[in-house]
Amino acid sequence: MSTEITAKKYHAFNFKWLDQFLGLLAKENTSNVASQVIKSFSIPLLAVGMFLMLWSVLAAQVETSLGVLPGPAKVWEQAMVLVDEHNVEREKEVAFYERQEKRNAEKLAKNPDASVKMRPYTGKETFFDQILTSLVTVATGFFIASLIAIPIGIVTGMSHTLYTAFNPIIQLFKPVSPLAWLPIVTMVVSAVYVSKDPLFAKSFLTSAITVTLCCLWPTIINTAVGVSSVDKDLINVSRVLRLPWLTKTMKIVIPSSMPMMFTGLRLSLGIGWMVLIAAEMLAQNPGLGKFVWDEFQNGSSNSLARIMVAVLVIGLIGFMLDRGMLMLQRRFSWDKSAVLR
Amino acid sequence: MKEQAHLELTRVSIDFPTDNGPFRALDNVNLKIDEGEFISLIGHSGCGKSTVLNIVAGLHRATEGGAILNGKEVTEPGPERAVVFQNHSLLPWLSAYENIELGVKQVFKGKKSKAEMREWIEHNLELVHMTHAKDKRPDEISGGMKQRVGIARALAMQPEVLLMDEPFGALDALTRAHLQDSLMEIHATLGNTVIMITHDVDEAVLLSDRIVMMSNGPAATIGEILRIELERPRERLVLADDARYNHYRSEVLKFLYERQKRPGEDSENTSGPESPETGEPGSSSKEDAQRESATTLRVVAG
Repeated sequence: MSTEITAKKYHAFNFKWLDQFLGLLAKENTSNVASQVIKSFSIPLLAVGMFLMLWSVLAAQVETSLGVLPGPAKVWEQAMVLVDEHNVEREKEVAFYERQEKRNAEKLAKNPDASVKMRPYTGKETFFDQILTSLVTVATGFFIASLIAIPIGIVTGMSHTLYTAFNPIIQLFKPVSPLAWLPIVTMVVSAVYVSKDPLFAKSFLTSAITVTLCCLWPTIINTAVGVSSVDKDLINVSRVLRLPWLTKTMKIVIPSSMPMMFTGLRLSLGIGWMVLIAAEMLAQNPGLGKFVWDEFQNGSSNSLARIMVAVLVIGLIGFMLDRGMLMLQRRFSWDKSAVLR
Repeated sequence: MKEQAHLELTRVSIDFPTDNGPFRALDNVNLKIDEGEFISLIGHSGCGKSTVLNIVAGLHRATEGGAILNGKEVTEPGPERAVVFQNHSLLPWLSAYENIELGVKQVFKGKKSKAEMREWIEHNLELVHMTHAKDKRPDEISGGMKQRVGIARALAMQPEVLLMDEPFGALDALTRAHLQDSLMEIHATLGNTVIMITHDVDEAVLLSDRIVMMSNGPAATIGEILRIELERPRERLVLADDARYNHYRSEVLKFLYERQKRPGEDSENTSGPESPETGEPGSSSKEDAQRESATTLRVVAG
């Protein structure tokens, strides 16, 4: 029973082989399923194996100024180092707070009226802190973008006039690279966001807004297409029923364009994640982009391997974000039969 | 005699704008329909049957003339002229019950209590024998069942006129027969006025009080009207051997295949006359062509 539940949970990630493997665990006695699993297991495994082999062979041929281009083994080693660094840093932090508490306790024991302070730990950010920063930044940017893009998409899809009005602007800004936005956003944020005790770092805002600017377009366009291509008969149904505008929008137009809306959101999130890395490099937002940039500037013999760890992690997170959106789409869209890739 | 017909179409003509100037799809259609009458519109593809229906529904505006229902001109769509669409047009994200509820809530807002509305929805599902599937969504039920729900949705609006645009066109022969029986039963119980478009000669004769046969477009109009004086309730098996039934049938066939021989009958169905009928170019000409040929085959075989 429990395996079945897990199988269902993993189904959302659309790992075909994992599905089948877990399916196998759930009903062990079918040999037919077993051979299928082996097939669908072995092919991706083989491909990954070949990729790793090619990588290690080819990388060894390239001599850079920072040493030989690292192979999979070296990258794995550095991944472990990054995990260790994280753990060490966390221990330091715990120790730091313990020391403070101890000192404060002693102070209070001597003089109960003494004012005690807890200073926050300001150690260096680990790789995992940076991953978290990146995720928060991209989520913020994507969230703001969706909040703006979905309503715009809906109204432009429903009104031809508004569509004609918005279309040139959308088409003009859609192909603009984040690198072009960044200087403008940086200057605007510096000029507008002036506060003595800022809630957000400027680098965070700059990165998030740049992500927003690049995330808007696919969602607007796909939502508008979805809304404008609602089945004519369904619109006729709403006309015969004389549904008020709001009911028509909520009951017919939005549900009907849900699949397209999600297509747009998925594209947007994918673009947002790619944009974020570039934005963080330039804005120095302490996320994965900054990590890559710092390692590049650092130029130690381990730098390339550490950057490759970051590359793999960026890929993995991008993949998981996409799967997450798919899960949401499955959850909220009526069209369960749609091919989801 | 009544001075005023229940539903009256007077000098209805319609032009559709095309690149080569206006295209006259319908010309001078006149028809008076009594309350409770069952009317079939039959004719070749592209003859403007759907346009007539859409004008009564209020989905299209006639260029000249118009439709008058109970002394009031039809200017916009409304639930008193409920439409059963050819491809059922149920909202795929709602269950059968919720699909009907959408209409009921709109039509009976403030007139029926919640409990009364539930009862009314369930009553209409019962009428089309779909109570067992009320919580199923359209993709979980068969084509015939979807069309039943579509009919229930229309009936639940308590329409004065029920407009059916080839309601059974996409169904297989057996399902179609079942639904025809259901429709006769409902018509006998409720006595609604019904206008139905069909391609099927047997269906038209079996169900109708009058069959309105349309001439071919462009500028299509009513060719002949055939009154079917077969007493109700009608039984398809009994009627199959009835001489009058067969006479009516051959009358319609003669009209369709002798007097209104389709222009270019053997050639491919061009999209030309099709597009004005539906108002959107090339919308379903292929489907129509297929159905048309299927009907022809059945007629020949029968």
